[in-house]
Amino acid sequence: MTGWFMAARSRLVLLALVLLANMLVAPGFLELRLVDGRLFGGIIDILNRGAPVMLLAIGMAPVIATRGIDLSVGAVMAIAGAVAAASVNAGHAWPVAVLAALGTGLACGLWNGVLVTIFRIQPIVATLILMVAGRGIAQMITQGRVLTFTDDGLAGVSSATLLGLPLPVLIALAAAIITGLLVRATALGPFVEAVGTSPRAARLAGVPAPGILIGVYVWSGLMAALAGLIAAADIRGADANNAGLWLELDAILAVVIGGTSLYGGRFSIGLSVLGAIILQGMRTCILRAGLPPELNLLLMALVIALVLVVQSPACQPAIARLTARLTRRGTA
Amino acid sequence: MADRAALLLAARGLTRTYPGVRALDGVDLTLRTGEIHALLGENGAGKSTLINLLTGAQPMEAGSIQLDGRDVRPRSPADATASGIVAVYQEITLLPNLSVAENIYLGREPTRFGLVDRARMRRDGATLLSRFGLSIDPAQPLSAFSTAVQQLIAIARAVDMSARVLILDEPTASLDSAEVAVLFRVMRELAGSGMAVLFVTHFLDQVYAVTDRITVLRGGKLVGERRTADLPRLDLVAMMLGKLPSGDGHLQRHAAREPGAPFINVKGLGKRHLVAPFSAEIRQGDVLGVAGLLGSGRTETALLLFGAERADSGQIVVDGEPVTLKGPRDAIRLGFGFCPEDRKLDGIVPDLSIRENIVLALQARQGWMKRLPLARQRELADTFIKLLNIRTPDAEKPIQLLSGGNQQKALLARWLATNPRLLILDEPTRGIDVGAHAEIILLLEKLRDEGMALYVISSEVEEVAAYADRVMVMRERRQAGMLTGGDVTPAAIIDAIVTPVEMPPSGRAA
Repeated sequence: MTGWFMAARSRLVLLALVLLANMLVAPGFLELRLVDGRLFGGIIDILNRGAPVMLLAIGMAPVIATRGIDLSVGAVMAIAGAVAAASVNAGHAWPVAVLAALGTGLACGLWNGVLVTIFRIQPIVATLILMVAGRGIAQMITQGRVLTFTDDGLAGVSSATLLGLPLPVLIALAAAIITGLLVRATALGPFVEAVGTSPRAARLAGVPAPGILIGVYVWSGLMAALAGLIAAADIRGADANNAGLWLELDAILAVVIGGTSLYGGRFSIGLSVLGAIILQGMRTCILRAGLPPELNLLLMALVIALVLVVQSPACQPAIARLTARLTRRGTA
Repeated sequence: MADRAALLLAARGLTRTYPGVRALDGVDLTLRTGEIHALLGENGAGKSTLINLLTGAQPMEAGSIQLDGRDVRPRSPADATASGIVAVYQEITLLPNLSVAENIYLGREPTRFGLVDRARMRRDGATLLSRFGLSIDPAQPLSAFSTAVQQLIAIARAVDMSARVLILDEPTASLDSAEVAVLFRVMRELAGSGMAVLFVTHFLDQVYAVTDRITVLRGGKLVGERRTADLPRLDLVAMMLGKLPSGDGHLQRHAAREPGAPFINVKGLGKRHLVAPFSAEIRQGDVLGVAGLLGSGRTETALLLFGAERADSGQIVVDGEPVTLKGPRDAIRLGFGFCPEDRKLDGIVPDLSIRENIVLALQARQGWMKRLPLARQRELADTFIKLLNIRTPDAEKPIQLLSGGNQQKALLARWLATNPRLLILDEPTRGIDVGAHAEIILLLEKLRDEGMALYVISSEVEEVAAYADRVMVMRERRQAGMLTGGDVTPAAIIDAIVTPVEMPPSGRAA
């Protein structure tokens, strides 16, 4: 665990800065209040709003670790939301709708995984197909309208409270813990990393590479479906055009901020979630400051560029020297 | 004829070190005006490093290069080109989507009133190409032409950039014999016009067909320079594979041993376009050496035996039972292990730690669900680090930080952790330092004595002769012989590699 904190150091500093900025913009940001058995406050807000991207990042990190990418997650969110809305409107109970949406996500992930693994299509192209076609599929399900629903059970995915926390926060947290255990308490983590950076070496060492490759895309599809459920429940409707729009890019950014290289290899679920929280923190801060939305994108771009430059190999020696000097001064 | 010719290029004492291994160690190279000079050596001999130093692709640590009596020190390929040294590589480095003329003049387009003069480019291009016997339309895209023509276009571009020394790196690897003949004619014409051509190849017939002199490298050192006409093929192969000039005499031919229990019988295993059917018996505690030149099919036999390539003929019998290998996992289940030749691409997982690399094959065999407990992983890693003397402060360092020899030991550890019955080793001692080299040989002898069967592919003929019980010799992608007992001597191996030699000069392996 100490190793994790060492790796997370620069990102924890960034998170602290983002929270500080939020505090300056909105005094009382850090306050937590308990109202009717639910916690309210700036931090809860960030976690709640950030849950969909956190989920996408949890699915995206293993995909990127295999030197792949999943551009379709935004579209899969839209499909999953549409499937859920259509099934409650068709009179099915909300658990059925939820299961149908999750099953759809699994199927979408399987499609991507098969294209990448069996047909050996480049991941960026293979998932681009579903990114484009997925919106069309979702529009077919919603028949081009925003498919609203009134089922309180389904809406509860976003609005319900458990243990004082909004359900989306708990869903994201549970997904992070389960995924983290899945990759680190089994041997999947190193296998995923081996398949990503050294496919030939992995195969010769007996790593079941095809299964692992398909698996990471299936998992990414499942996480996207969960995010899609939250997004649909949020507005009590499935918006095929806008649900999850461009969120695949947020998820990729979150994973990259989390320190995973787009060339594959080492990945961390925890750090990717942290990346998603940082992104949402910045977004909240800019919104609260009342800055024009154009500035929002510009500031985000600047911060991300800064993070990447700091993490780049070109900067590492300088940072190591700086840290050494600071540490010396600290102990002297 | 080229003997009395003027000295054109004299490289002296070229040296280059990579972490943990001296890739080039004080190598001299002399090229005379008008000569075609072969540069020969097995993988890892230092050919690529030598070319990289000559073309400025990598800086040299020590040594000097004189061209026409002037000192040159190329800092980049462009710099080398300006001095007159230019290289054309096996993989064409031109742009297939551009036209032939655009490729020839890329980066140095003729201009007229500040605009690219396309008409002149096409005209000049056509004239230039006609000198190489090519009557093609330079306005066509490069991709419209065969590899051979593209190769000639690349050479034309290189020569047009005022080359004095033309380096051709494996130019014939993907050409058929007619195309090779055209290339040779062009090479002779260029040499006749006062250039020197350095020809890197692994086809010995072509060396004898076209070159005047030969320089042989081995393990980063210069073995020698000879006139082609004065060097019989047997002696040439001995230079490439035989005893190192320095000679490390730590190997002793072991005493004859009782043959071990029957284990594996390979019967006519083969795959079309890869390697012709071969047969071999491997007993427990047996070392089967596999010898042959680069491209002889020796690695391919290992790929079939390990299931990395699926055989389309023959079978493997293990403990009397015929088995089918659908992939490496089937082979691993039978207790096979495989240390490939290309450690960086096929062996290590650079990002992962030494520990994770060592347990990888064992963990893969157990399945992803049954993760080896961390304590057990640490214990395994530490045991092998100590046993194989892997030099590292701890097991958690990324394996890419180790030297080549220590990476190789870690890969051996990866398989030893699975407690294999057969270990397939492709060039286990290539590109590693002398100390690690000796340690690995000792380890192999120990494993054999403990009853493990070894399948060792090696260019180190002296070494193979010392520890192998039998040696399978490969040539032209087929089994050329099986030496046993007293016949396992360096001379007999080299003899089997060389004869028969009656093959037309052809670039295409069967």
